[in-house]
Amino acid sequence: MMESSKGFSSPRSTAFPAGLRVLVVDDDPTWLKILEKMLKKCSYEVTTCGLARDALKLLRERKGGYDIVISDVNMPDMDGFKLLELVGLEMDLPVIMMSVDGETSRVKKGVQHGACDYLLKPIRMKELRNIWQHVFRKRIHEVRDIESHEGLEGLQVTQSGFDQFDDGHFFSGEDMLTPAKKRKDLENKHDEKDFTDSSSSTKKARVVWSVDLHQKFVKAVNLIGYDRKDVTCLVCSAEVGPKKILDLMNIPWLTRENVASHLQKYRLYLSRLQKENDLKISYGGMKHSDLNPQDAARALSRQNSINFEQNDATNCNSRISGNNLLIQNLNSKSNEINPRGTTITEKSSPGISHSLSPLEQEMKFPAIDGITPGSYSWREVPEIQFHQENAGNQPEDCFRRVAVPMGGLQNHVQIDQLLPVTSISSKAQLPNLIETKPLNVDYAISSFTQASPVKTRIDSFPVPTKIHTGNQQAIQPPSTNKPSMESQAFNPSCVTNLESSQRNFSSTTPESAFTSPDEVLQVGWLQDYSTCLGLQNIEFPDFGDPSMVAEVPMHLYTALKFDFEQLSDQSELPVINQGLFIA
Amino acid sequence: MDPRLRQMQRRWTDCRNSLFREGILDDMFMELQELQDERNPDFIVETVALFFTNSENLIRDLYSELAQQNVGFRRVDARIHQLKGSSSSIGAKRVTNACIAFRDFCRARNLTECLRCLQQLKEELLLVKSKLETLFELENQLVAAGGSIPRVQRSF
Repeated sequence: MMESSKGFSSPRSTAFPAGLRVLVVDDDPTWLKILEKMLKKCSYEVTTCGLARDALKLLRERKGGYDIVISDVNMPDMDGFKLLELVGLEMDLPVIMMSVDGETSRVKKGVQHGACDYLLKPIRMKELRNIWQHVFRKRIHEVRDIESHEGLEGLQVTQSGFDQFDDGHFFSGEDMLTPAKKRKDLENKHDEKDFTDSSSSTKKARVVWSVDLHQKFVKAVNLIGYDRKDVTCLVCSAEVGPKKILDLMNIPWLTRENVASHLQKYRLYLSRLQKENDLKISYGGMKHSDLNPQDAARALSRQNSINFEQNDATNCNSRISGNNLLIQNLNSKSNEINPRGTTITEKSSPGISHSLSPLEQEMKFPAIDGITPGSYSWREVPEIQFHQENAGNQPEDCFRRVAVPMGGLQNHVQIDQLLPVTSISSKAQLPNLIETKPLNVDYAISSFTQASPVKTRIDSFPVPTKIHTGNQQAIQPPSTNKPSMESQAFNPSCVTNLESSQRNFSSTTPESAFTSPDEVLQVGWLQDYSTCLGLQNIEFPDFGDPSMVAEVPMHLYTALKFDFEQLSDQSELPVINQGLFIA
Repeated sequence: MDPRLRQMQRRWTDCRNSLFREGILDDMFMELQELQDERNPDFIVETVALFFTNSENLIRDLYSELAQQNVGFRRVDARIHQLKGSSSSIGAKRVTNACIAFRDFCRARNLTECLRCLQQLKEELLLVKSKLETLFELENQLVAAGGSIPRVQRSF
């Protein structure tokens, strides 16, 4: 059952935590009723959902409309952990899990997936009274982030959707902020900014992990353990510390906390992929049937495994069938459009080879060589990107080394990149990406597989198309031409949907910038290709200005963004990930 | 107070106390009673009704599942889990305990014991249902006679 919350976007007349907007998800109608009553007694605004699917829909439709989500672990339509992960990735909301099962392993799993709390049923009202602390905690961290890059010119300050924490409410309790500020003082080497001014006068901004930023992050991570082959182990080892990474990254406004939290997510992501590594996936082409998220995830992780060399190109290809289709289009188009002509292929090979890890090389080259509309298109794109990057961008090379399966991340990144693409086209400068037009989409990693056990929030990945194209103008011509080609390739409705998705990405608010990976993916895939991936829940959220999308190869971004685990064909995923990541 | 009303009140209190004393209901039910207020005067009755509707469906599913040629024990387990969670919502402690025992046999794939457990479960549900119906009936009579339900005490 779904009830709309009353005035979820209206400012609160009472002081926090009263009016906290809670979304409760539970398939048990009795519990739903009881929890609603309890939460209302706590003076919270309550919305109830009997299905995870409905909850996601609500959350996506009303980005910024909820402060916290409480969800049961066992639900018929979706695993609670999966929902937890998605919510964390897409909306970055605190999620509390509930269950009548209190087994340590389950609780552990909840925490691993990012739950900020795990309540055992029967739940007492007093346990619900304090859930506001999770919301508050998150906001405190965000405010700290805001301050760190408050003065960054051109930094896109995104609305965190934390309406109730407006001047009137949040900062009325300035003493609450002071501790945070003090903490920040201690930990930050940055100049002290007037906390009150920055926090109260501006919209709340968050550290946007743009593709470029994440590239630098991964590069730093890899540098620390350069010799280590297994990046996954490396990242999870104690050697890789936020401080070291921060120093290596050399981003003035970035704080150690930013890096620490990002690293945590990155680690979770890697460990999840590694877990899925043992699944042998061989998907050929796109499948119309329901995808096995776990298979897909495992395929993806396998693909992403450091031991890439063992995977052949075909394997990779087959895995990312979903993406493939898009890529194919993109690929062929880019081939045709690219002003540099067919040099892309040639150049990219050598260009990429030296910077690509062995794994990537294997992946890429076949793709490049065998560029056909129907085959390696997906890889092709990254290749092209690499090439361009290679041409003039040293930092990118380093990133390419990162053979980390950041499928989800990359997906995410892609979306982010969509936004800056248009701006990039005018100035192919990577630094600009970060400085002038930080990706609107922050940690929303909607592209993360729903089945992924680990919640990792990685905002942007070095999407081949965007970042690097930013540096190299090469991408632009293809981009500009792409829209038209795309429309040819896709059904009008599909294009529209993609565009709307794109628009979404380009929106300035992180909340609205996101579409669910599966939605986006479905748009592109389903419309255009008969072999449906069996993606469910195609939804096309309202999007903003489509102009941003114009130059962006929508296919690529869309493909990158989709939920990998929803794809039956995972073969391409690793490649894509690689490509995205590197690029 | 009218002795008649006092007597009705006492009967209500005794009925309620026995529910707790016999372990049919636990603290959670008291929590529900505290949730009930003027805004939702029928909160408990409605919640309990929801529970029984839901649990009756689950019991029916369990029967049909266990009657299958190839029993899907995983599905059975899922149902039991649902029932366990649901029963905890109104504090139907004995139902919850019956679910736990049932689940163990289900995981052991012991069909005979499962059937027995299911029967047990059904009986526990009927027990709490009839007891609560009695309690609600006493409440109605008391209120109809102009009396009021005594404030619930946590300790009884």
